[in-house]
Amino acid sequence: MGKTLFEKIWAPHVVRELPDGSCLLYIDRHLVHEVTSPQAFAGLRQAGRKIRQPALTFSTMDHNVPTTEDRMEIKDPISKAQVDALQQNCDDFGVKLFGLGDDRQGIVHVIGPELGITLPGLTIVCGDSHTSTHGAFGALAFGIGTSEVEHVLVTQTLIQKTPHTYRVEFTGRPGPHISSKDMVLKMIGIMGTAGGSGHVLEYGGEAVRSLSMEGRMTMCNMSIEAGARAGMIAPDDTTFDYITGRRRPYAPTGEALDKALAHWRSLPSDLDAQFDQTLTIDTNRLPPQVTWGTNPGMVVDVDQPVPAPDNARGYSPSDVKSALDYMGLSPGVKLTDVPLDVVFIGSCTNSRIEDLRQAAAILDGRKKADHVELLVVPGSQQVRLQAEAEGLDRIFKAAGGQWRYAGCSMCLGMNPDQLSPQQRCASTSNRNFEGRQGKGGRTHLVSPEMAAAAAVAGKIVDIRKWLEA
Amino acid sequence: MTPFTVHTGIVATLDKANVDTDAIIPKQFLKSIKRTGYGPSAFFDWRYLPDGTINEDFELNHPRFKGRSILVTRNNFGCGSSREHAVWALVQDGYRVVIAPWKEMEGNRLPGFADIFKNNTTKNGMLAIELSEADVNDVFDMVAAHTGLTATADLQAQRIIFHAPSPRSFDFEIYAGAKEQLLNGLDNIDLTLQYEADISRFEAQYDPLDPNS
Repeated sequence: MGKTLFEKIWAPHVVRELPDGSCLLYIDRHLVHEVTSPQAFAGLRQAGRKIRQPALTFSTMDHNVPTTEDRMEIKDPISKAQVDALQQNCDDFGVKLFGLGDDRQGIVHVIGPELGITLPGLTIVCGDSHTSTHGAFGALAFGIGTSEVEHVLVTQTLIQKTPHTYRVEFTGRPGPHISSKDMVLKMIGIMGTAGGSGHVLEYGGEAVRSLSMEGRMTMCNMSIEAGARAGMIAPDDTTFDYITGRRRPYAPTGEALDKALAHWRSLPSDLDAQFDQTLTIDTNRLPPQVTWGTNPGMVVDVDQPVPAPDNARGYSPSDVKSALDYMGLSPGVKLTDVPLDVVFIGSCTNSRIEDLRQAAAILDGRKKADHVELLVVPGSQQVRLQAEAEGLDRIFKAAGGQWRYAGCSMCLGMNPDQLSPQQRCASTSNRNFEGRQGKGGRTHLVSPEMAAAAAVAGKIVDIRKWLEA
Repeated sequence: MTPFTVHTGIVATLDKANVDTDAIIPKQFLKSIKRTGYGPSAFFDWRYLPDGTINEDFELNHPRFKGRSILVTRNNFGCGSSREHAVWALVQDGYRVVIAPWKEMEGNRLPGFADIFKNNTTKNGMLAIELSEADVNDVFDMVAAHTGLTATADLQAQRIIFHAPSPRSFDFEIYAGAKEQLLNGLDNIDLTLQYEADISRFEAQYDPLDPNS
């Protein structure tokens, strides 16, 4: 029987099987940020331990950092203490840090691929659930807790049960202005936020093969929102072109690259590989997706009304009612009728150069609505520089938007970028949980183009019709 | 780590599915560089009113749950962010056991707890028990009917008994490795360091760019 992409990566990383049936799995890349690492480093100090493989450990600051011009001076003393602690820990333990002020700093899941740290066939972990992003390269990448961060620092391994496999096939070709964000939101709507639990998703099909690396990263990023352990896409020429097409300091070159390419080309799932579960989604005529509730599975086609409490598949009436109350919405309302206060374009889901190009194409020659605040936050300083070289920043500013520096920004409001209570936001981020973007804030998850159009219209629109009008 | 063997305590209910870790411990508390001090902030946005006073409408604030240490909730508890702070907050707020139901949906069994959250419980001496949806419904009914209802979770026996006038007991499954870790309060790092020679051997022959060579 053939092997899946997941199985081809898992097997060579098993250091040994353990008596209880779990595996000691070798970790190739460990990404570290300031929020989930300080207690792990404290544990190392307490036990007098060192990092086993500092050269496989990479660090940046993203969650706490301000994104405004004066970002170098963090005014919140608690945020500053956390950022300073990371600097100190990296100095003391010999970890490479892309810190604030470094032109390679940015969101951990944006800089990994950008710098060539993320490569096919690797195991990659980070104390962050959106580590699933890196699976877009045909890597096995997943989020871990702080105790596991410490475990990887000390041993370069993790104790893992073998997850199940789940193939999601996206057939057909989505229409213009339909992105991988719409595809993955549709999937989460079908599977629910626990549907992928215990599984590693592998995305395939014509609609996935034709995605850029940026589009693939968006899709894999959201795997955790379906509860999946990881999401992955088989590497192909799109992947190899991304890795070799420009200088990526940590990617192999020359003979090492040739050897790696031969291995990478062997990774895609065999035709006769078996998956524990499968799902097929037709992307022909897929409408733009918008979330209406307080988790990413509470999503509708943009032209459909918000469901009634007794009519939302997979959710209890009381949970729907509580979500609608929080969101300030009534059953039957269309999201295209609800005015917005804020539009956020950014986050590890949608802040890469292609995301910004798509948003800029919509905003070019247009102005945001007066009552809407528009924030555009590049995922990394490299993305920021590239966007500026392409003149995208001028388009955002001319449209009335704020052009910021790299960071997690309003995706989770650990920094000064936050929603006020009851402010309504169309956001390209990944979570519409209660309070996620700021206490009492109301989040509607959308694609970058939908967010840009919403900024101009002042409310969510069906971009397909809006562009025709 | 504190071992978990047998625990008896008052049972409290939170009647909500898909409780995410942002709700269990909101972002502003993640700025701490310590492992302690999270207990009073558990469920912060639901627990307190904007002026900082207790929100009496939040079910876990009900006086009948005073002194509780066993939390019963709905499916997919702990979804979202990987933050271990969520488990630290629950443990430091006095919870030793969390119970959630798996859910049957179109032929698939969806687990009671999100994967990363469940991993994190084991590393902090907290027992996460999955029961069927029907059994958890019964537990909700028992708790509603009996103020101060207590239960005893016995990990070795893999059984939890609810001490209602007509007591009910439920057997539960747990992964062997997690059970051993909890029962003995094992540190995974110590465990793995026993295999140091295996790791060194592995590293000596391993090329991540061509691992099958």
